[in-house]
Amino acid sequence: MMYAVLCYNDEQMVCGWSKEQDQQVMDALHVAHEKWEKSGKLKPSVRLLPTSAATTLHKTKDMVIDGPYAETKEALLGFYLIDVENLDEALEFSRDLARANPGGAYEMRPIHIYSPGTPIPGAYVAERQYANTPSLKPEAVK
Amino acid sequence: MTDIAWIDAALVASRPQAVAALLRYFRDLDAAEEAYQDACLRALKNWAVNGPPRDPTSWLIMVGRNAALDGVRKRSKQVAMPEEDKVSDLEDVETPMAERLDESQYRDDVLRLLFICCHPDLPATQQIALALRIVSGLSVKQIARAFLVGEAAMEQRITRAKAKVAEAGVPFETPGAVERSERLGAVMAMVYLVFNEGYSAGPKDEARGGLADEAIRLGRLLLRMFSAEPEVMGLLALMLLQHSRADARFDANGDIVLLEDQDRSNWRHKLIQEGVVIVEKAVRHQKTGPYLVQAAIAAIHARAPRFEETDWASIDALYATLERLTPSPVITLNRAVAVSKTKGPQAALDMIDPLEAKLSGYFHFHGARGGLLLQLGKANEARQSFDKAISLANTAAEAAHIRMHIDRLIADSEKTKRA
Repeated sequence: MMYAVLCYNDEQMVCGWSKEQDQQVMDALHVAHEKWEKSGKLKPSVRLLPTSAATTLHKTKDMVIDGPYAETKEALLGFYLIDVENLDEALEFSRDLARANPGGAYEMRPIHIYSPGTPIPGAYVAERQYANTPSLKPEAVK
Repeated sequence: MTDIAWIDAALVASRPQAVAALLRYFRDLDAAEEAYQDACLRALKNWAVNGPPRDPTSWLIMVGRNAALDGVRKRSKQVAMPEEDKVSDLEDVETPMAERLDESQYRDDVLRLLFICCHPDLPATQQIALALRIVSGLSVKQIARAFLVGEAAMEQRITRAKAKVAEAGVPFETPGAVERSERLGAVMAMVYLVFNEGYSAGPKDEARGGLADEAIRLGRLLLRMFSAEPEVMGLLALMLLQHSRADARFDANGDIVLLEDQDRSNWRHKLIQEGVVIVEKAVRHQKTGPYLVQAAIAAIHARAPRFEETDWASIDALYATLERLTPSPVITLNRAVAVSKTKGPQAALDMIDPLEAKLSGYFHFHGARGGLLLQLGKANEARQSFDKAISLANTAAEAAHIRMHIDRLIADSEKTKRA
């Protein structure tokens, strides 16, 4: 099973960390990353820039709003990683998707650190993997 | 991170909103600060045991308010308020509080708190001192060290500034749109003053150097509240982009390293990334202001992989916009530097010579003029300009930088004499 682990914290606090504090946290995380990278289970991981750098496209009205997506009644359903020239191109991408799938919003948040992790073989179909989950095999359920 | 470090970081982050909300409640700066201090003391005890509350800011506001009321009640021998650890467990008490303090309320509270600090009757240094004390929560000792004055003198200065703003009586009603935008303008200028105090400090001046981080923190706070305001974006981006060069601006001796000589791999690329993206966001609004234009100029510098690849033509054009928005001889002087790159030193010199009357007391004028004369091979005239610059230097680092030019000129003339 593939999981996306979404990281939350008080941004005001994290942005207030000194360079040394930040590095301390990153170093500690690095130890944990290494362990999971060795087992091949850590796939791409990303550290985002603060929400100050975020722009949100509200799909139905095609309205561009500065800042992060703030509504709480909608849930995060998925995300894309794109490598584009600038914000305009990111918006172009989002608008293309919006035409295909209206409703809701896309938040565009620049990536600060991108770590590729262990490569994912070809097109990864989570559903197929799901069938191989040991705990779901009849012999595991006793 | 240790518990204490975490709690400390959370307290620092919550401070502006918490003090601002308490100020609205008590309508008195000292009472608000005292209530906040009280809440912090309780947080240190409580959070270490019970873990962080869901919303530290609301927790501090509520506990601070209750502690103050508690004090009043004790004095009048009435029933005490519940202990804060009981209170924080009551989700149903915390939730409506958090809801009541929605973004817009916070926004006017924090803006009012910041605005109080930049009362026009206060000189700039007092505005900064007051903001650092009240909004950022720096100790009087820290602020005194940053301004190179004794603690007692700084204490007195802050007390006097507080008395002055109390007299001025900033209204507590929700401000109208015009008033809000005026307040925002004054507050942005004050935040930029704080930043420049930190920016102009040398690397050895740790007490003042931290002010740049403090100003960026305030800039983030403003942008969170005014997220669609291009000038607020511009201000934060400008500070991020300037600050990105902090590690490259001085050499090991503490002397200034010019932009052209800086090791760009020492620039803080995270800050550049964020600053550049924010400028990009702001430009989409097609509403230009001075902070945004300056940020755009800084972004062009930050984007150039090498000094030689700087897009001077764009910088020249942006300075022309800035001159139009806020005409000032200092901006023309800066534009001249860009012009010297695109049209040569003589064109730049022709631009700045008429500014002499206005800028004769300005360090950078003589420094830049000396540099241009040097490029034109006019060593004697350059020397005169550099001498003037040195006599006007504000910091040891500035003086040392000009001294380097002069030393080089002397060495060159010695060589010519000997030859």
